[in-house]
Amino acid sequence: MGLTLFDKIWNAHCVGVREDGRELLYIDRHIVHDLHAPHAFKELGRQQRDVRRKDLTMVVQDHTVPTRGDATTISENMSASQDACRQHKVSFIDHRSPQHGISHIISVEQGWALPGKTLACPDSHASTVGALGCLAFGCGTTELVHILATQTMALSKPQQMRIHLTGRLQPGVNAKDVALHLIRTVGITAGRGYAVEYTGPVIRDMDLEGRMTLCNMTIEWGGRTCLIAPDAKTVAWYQDQAGAIPAQTLAFVSEQSGQLYSDPDAKFDVELTVDCAAVQPQITWGTDPSQTIGIREAIPLRNDASPDQLARQAQALDYMGLQAGQSLKGLAVQRVFIGSCTNARLSDLREAARVVQHRRVAENVVALVVPGSTQIKAQAEAEGLDQIFIQAGFQWHSSGCSMCAGANGEVGEFGERCVATSNRNFENRQGRGVRTHLASPATAAACAIAGHIVDAADLISS
Amino acid sequence: MLPFIEVQGVAIPMPMDDVNTDQIIPSKYLKDLHADLAEGFLAFQRRRLDGTIITDFVLERPEFKKAPILVVGKNFGCGSSREHAVWAVQAFGIRCVIGHQLAEFFTENCLKNGVLPIQLDVTRHQQLMQDVILADGHSPMQVDLLNCQIRGPSGGVMTFEIDSQEQRMLLEGLDEIDMTLKNMTDIELWESRYQITK
Repeated sequence: MGLTLFDKIWNAHCVGVREDGRELLYIDRHIVHDLHAPHAFKELGRQQRDVRRKDLTMVVQDHTVPTRGDATTISENMSASQDACRQHKVSFIDHRSPQHGISHIISVEQGWALPGKTLACPDSHASTVGALGCLAFGCGTTELVHILATQTMALSKPQQMRIHLTGRLQPGVNAKDVALHLIRTVGITAGRGYAVEYTGPVIRDMDLEGRMTLCNMTIEWGGRTCLIAPDAKTVAWYQDQAGAIPAQTLAFVSEQSGQLYSDPDAKFDVELTVDCAAVQPQITWGTDPSQTIGIREAIPLRNDASPDQLARQAQALDYMGLQAGQSLKGLAVQRVFIGSCTNARLSDLREAARVVQHRRVAENVVALVVPGSTQIKAQAEAEGLDQIFIQAGFQWHSSGCSMCAGANGEVGEFGERCVATSNRNFENRQGRGVRTHLASPATAAACAIAGHIVDAADLISS
Repeated sequence: MLPFIEVQGVAIPMPMDDVNTDQIIPSKYLKDLHADLAEGFLAFQRRRLDGTIITDFVLERPEFKKAPILVVGKNFGCGSSREHAVWAVQAFGIRCVIGHQLAEFFTENCLKNGVLPIQLDVTRHQQLMQDVILADGHSPMQVDLLNCQIRGPSGGVMTFEIDSQEQRMLLEGLDEIDMTLKNMTDIELWESRYQITK
């Protein structure tokens, strides 16, 4: 019987079986960020252990980095991470370095994440790099210490699911809309216990950065990790990352492309087909990413729902200040956040800038753009995108996770309605009482201009 | 790791589904390396914006202040992989979390901290939740990992399933790194065979 792409990478990295039956998966690259590094290195020191492969370990700063202006404040996590790296002689990307950025974004920019290789990062969005055919696992702090000490993860092999995305996307509909549509369709626990492979015409037509957006949100429907088979577009994407990636690495990527795929007779535990032909721009109305509607739809009445589901819906509506049956269009917005590992790559900023150009942010809206990396910021500035945003009244920040998780203190005010391009609309995540609506960069940009929730197509045609 | 053999005491009922990691430990507690995680545990559910305590929230009721068991709804701990979520639960004094479809990262992080995560099927989960809600903190229950048994607050006994190796890890409080290091020759062999592209 044939093998899946996941099987192939897993088998090639399985070094052995531990006495408890878990398989030890070799980690080719370990990317650690500032939220966990201080705790992990402290624990490693307490256990009197050392980092086994300093050459494969990289510590970055993203969650607690201030991004506003030339922010000079250094968080406790940032300084503790730096101290730990100095002590353990591990590579450290300072927030002022040209390589700085959000871990999942710079992992691909710098060529740390490669097709057919494995990567670990103590973050649930590690699977972003699955878009390039790199098998990535998120983890907690204790597992992080385990990887530092052994360069392996001890895992039970997950089950496998293939998601076949069919149809041709309508104009103005992009990867974020596909991700939200998928989560709405399957629910937030459907991927629990599965390694996912995305395939189908939608993937074939999607650019690499779109694939990263889709892969990024796999955990939001419970998936453990995900992959997309690398193709010619993957090779081209690496080649476009001029300068950062060594020629030898590019040659490796090119050699891997076309070799890494699921065999035609490979067996998946579950196969699902989700049609995307009728998908319109999506926006969340509730407090989990499955509580999503098309921008031209109304919040469902859900007469068929179970009492538990109704209670959850009522709680979400109450928090969001909304009612079932209501349309979101026209609701006043006080804040717009364009950023995060989901949607802060150059193509996302271009998409938002196309909507913003020659327009102005509405009064009473605080709108910010936080590029995903220093490199993306520089590229955007070279194209003049920063000026489009600044002249329209957006704040133009330096790179970091910023308002996605609010761990750097950049959050909204109580009761504010915020349209965000990030990945979680959980209660209080973007600040206490902040009402988050997840959407694509185009939709978020349009809402900043209109001052209320709007269909970007309506704004552009008006 | 602190071994887990059995625990006896009051169980906190928390029937809401999909309680996520941002609720369990809000991000403001993550950027402070010395934060009081017991205070941060479900902080926004426990305190109003002005800091006053919501006294009827379950964690604030005196009978649950030292409860060692938490019985939760479906998909508890979904969202982030932040281990702080388990540290917060633990800091509050909880040693065992019982639910239906506990989130994966949360479950893994429990196992690595000597907190017993128990997954029940729908029927047993509903039965125990009802029992714990009815007891309302007035009668204790017991969780016995050696025999995989739960004695509910009204005295009814039910069994639970756990991977036998995970059970052993918890019972003996084993160190995972030491266990992995027994495979060091495998790791070294793998490294010598595969050239890692840098």
